[in-house]
Amino acid sequence: MRRFETLLGLAAAVLMVVAAILAPWLKFVLTIALAKGIAVIGIMLLLRAGQVSFGHAVFIGLSAYAVAFLAPAVPEALVLLIAGTAVATVSGLLIGLFVSRYREIFFGMLNLALSMVIYSVLEKFYSITKGTDGIRVELPRFAGMALERADFEWAIFALALVLAIGFALFARLYLASPMGQALSAIKTRETRLEFMGVPARQVLLSAYVLSALMGGVAGALIAMTTRHVTPLLAYWTASGELVFIAILGGAGSVLGPFLGAVTFELVRIYAGAAVADAWQMILGGVLLAVILFAPGGLWGMIQGALRRRAAP
Amino acid sequence: MTDQPSLSRRGLLAGAAAAVPGAVLMQGSDANAQAQKPAELKIGITTFLSGPASVFGVPGKQAAEMMIDEINKAGGIGGVRLRAYFVDEAPGTEHLVGEFRRLVQSEGVHVMLASISSGSCLACTPLSKDLQKTTILWDCATQRIFEEGPQPFAFRSQGFATPEVLAPLLYLLKTKPDFRTMAVINQDYAWGRDSWEMWRAGMEALKPGVRVVAELFPRLGAPDYTTEITRLLAARPDVIFSGHWGGDLVTLARQAAERRLFERSLFVLPVAEASLPILGRTFPAGHIIGTRGDHWNNHPRPKDPARLKALNDAYRARFNEPVIYPVHHMVQAFNALKAAYDKALAAKGGAWPNDAELAAAFRGLTFDSPTSTITLREDGQGLEDQIVGLSTHVDSTPYAIPKDMVIFPAAMVSTPVGMKSVDWLKSLKPDILGQVPAPIAG
Repeated sequence: MRRFETLLGLAAAVLMVVAAILAPWLKFVLTIALAKGIAVIGIMLLLRAGQVSFGHAVFIGLSAYAVAFLAPAVPEALVLLIAGTAVATVSGLLIGLFVSRYREIFFGMLNLALSMVIYSVLEKFYSITKGTDGIRVELPRFAGMALERADFEWAIFALALVLAIGFALFARLYLASPMGQALSAIKTRETRLEFMGVPARQVLLSAYVLSALMGGVAGALIAMTTRHVTPLLAYWTASGELVFIAILGGAGSVLGPFLGAVTFELVRIYAGAAVADAWQMILGGVLLAVILFAPGGLWGMIQGALRRRAAP
Repeated sequence: MTDQPSLSRRGLLAGAAAAVPGAVLMQGSDANAQAQKPAELKIGITTFLSGPASVFGVPGKQAAEMMIDEINKAGGIGGVRLRAYFVDEAPGTEHLVGEFRRLVQSEGVHVMLASISSGSCLACTPLSKDLQKTTILWDCATQRIFEEGPQPFAFRSQGFATPEVLAPLLYLLKTKPDFRTMAVINQDYAWGRDSWEMWRAGMEALKPGVRVVAELFPRLGAPDYTTEITRLLAARPDVIFSGHWGGDLVTLARQAAERRLFERSLFVLPVAEASLPILGRTFPAGHIIGTRGDHWNNHPRPKDPARLKALNDAYRARFNEPVIYPVHHMVQAFNALKAAYDKALAAKGGAWPNDAELAAAFRGLTFDSPTSTITLREDGQGLEDQIVGLSTHVDSTPYAIPKDMVIFPAAMVSTPVGMKSVDWLKSLKPDILGQVPAPIAG
């Protein structure tokens, strides 16, 4: 299964590159999907511990705004990526110290509340953040090279792909490690973990900070792809979208978030193109269908199909 | 408009891309390539189809469908039939920017009509430059678009925030100059903040010493204004400025009417028109109302009364709704498009224009609006007259309409090319009041 997962991941990566070459507009959508996939890996780590955060888009938003604010001063994509990620990680640590005391609905709601506080700050501090109009990100350099728009988009796409593979591998190692196993233990029975001498809060906190870091990476990538950031990035519906993607893709494998993100973006675009005024209904229908008929998400469906083939 | 270096770069890029299978899909992305007459003229239109701003977006879409049917029935533009691709703005910038690219790069649309929301326009306008695709900003108002740098492929076929704020201010100063205190209640987002900043800059230049007794910024989509109305009743401002629109204005006006705020203070509402049919008789007489242009159905001096009447009748017959300003804005965008294509076709002796030639045709273009004519300035901004009036009730219409209307010539109330709106408003001199035309009675 693990070997199959690797092969499938590589095949998917190759497929994405081919698709991006064939249709230039898809490159944009796939970059966004990869970025969201990275953020959803973070959600998946928390899901392993049985915790759902309804506020994780805030780390995307914070990182995107960090990029937008710093871009005029340091127009260098790689520096901006690191800066955005750092801002998100530090905020993740601060928020995490607080929310990692709570579980389940309280954890989810506190994340939601804190994310909406930060959303409101981004929206209302009008003279600084330009409110809902948002801030434009000018084309930065990439590794010191001043690239044209099309080349820069390729560079960001490649960067997103490399980072996605990197984070997927890291998450796989992490989940297999004692730290990752302890996350599952929080879900099943936390007291036992404490009896073993493992501090549950620190286990959850480290996963939380990692997930904020991944959100930060996603935010910086999104900011440099769309090149216009608005507070909507941190709004609760954006957080809900991440949870939606996690459920759609399935939490069983690190490929799940990327399967989910690509499917989500494509369904949204094709639904929007087919019926511009009822795309929400189609998206909702897809989610309902997944919950009702494939509780393991898309990854669960693939796994099921493989087992059936292997069984006879 | 055509810069040589970009040509050679594109040549190189195209050469490199030709080595990659499937690169054929990238053809036609060059604005200066020879254009073939297309089988159909594809138009991408971004508008709100869901959410609170769909009160503007859906009439806009309906108007677009009506215009397309009308133009196609008459044989299309240059003999080519029109086809629209609609995109919902509601999911946010990131989705919209992706859709813009999809329409241009995958569907191969020839022209984009972008956005109601100023945030959407600010995101789409730079994209028009990147993708070298002519983009008509059909409804958004933010003054930032053309004040923050030149836009070679973007054109606004309607007015913008500055004249829409300045015209009601001048109307107030001209007709009811004896006020000493004022308050503002605006939605807490970019337009709400911008419009107040501009109003304040203009007011301090033209009538210094007015005391601002309350500055209220309730959130967008607030269901209840009890607190704000209580504050306004207590503060007793002579004048209340509010840039509210759509459902928010309906809520505010209903709750203010219930608590008799309209009787105590004079309201100035620059975006009132679209909400008046819903408010019916609830909206009282004697307040200053605007319509983001000269779009009143009882326009006192339309250039062609038959044309305005035909639009009103056709729209009502098809959709069973009165015409509101987004319908005018969409009609203007299509008229601009048609006029630009006609101009570009004539310039090439009937050959189909490429993207650069089409964009060149827009600069300085004059086209018909339902009520008047609009000229696009050299920076791409349209000069649209503004009509402000005093609300009144007549028996023939079941809702408030304006009387004593003043037609403000666009050039008089628009920021000059190359200036920032707030700086310009601060530099206004009181003699501008002398230029305000006389109200048209009735």
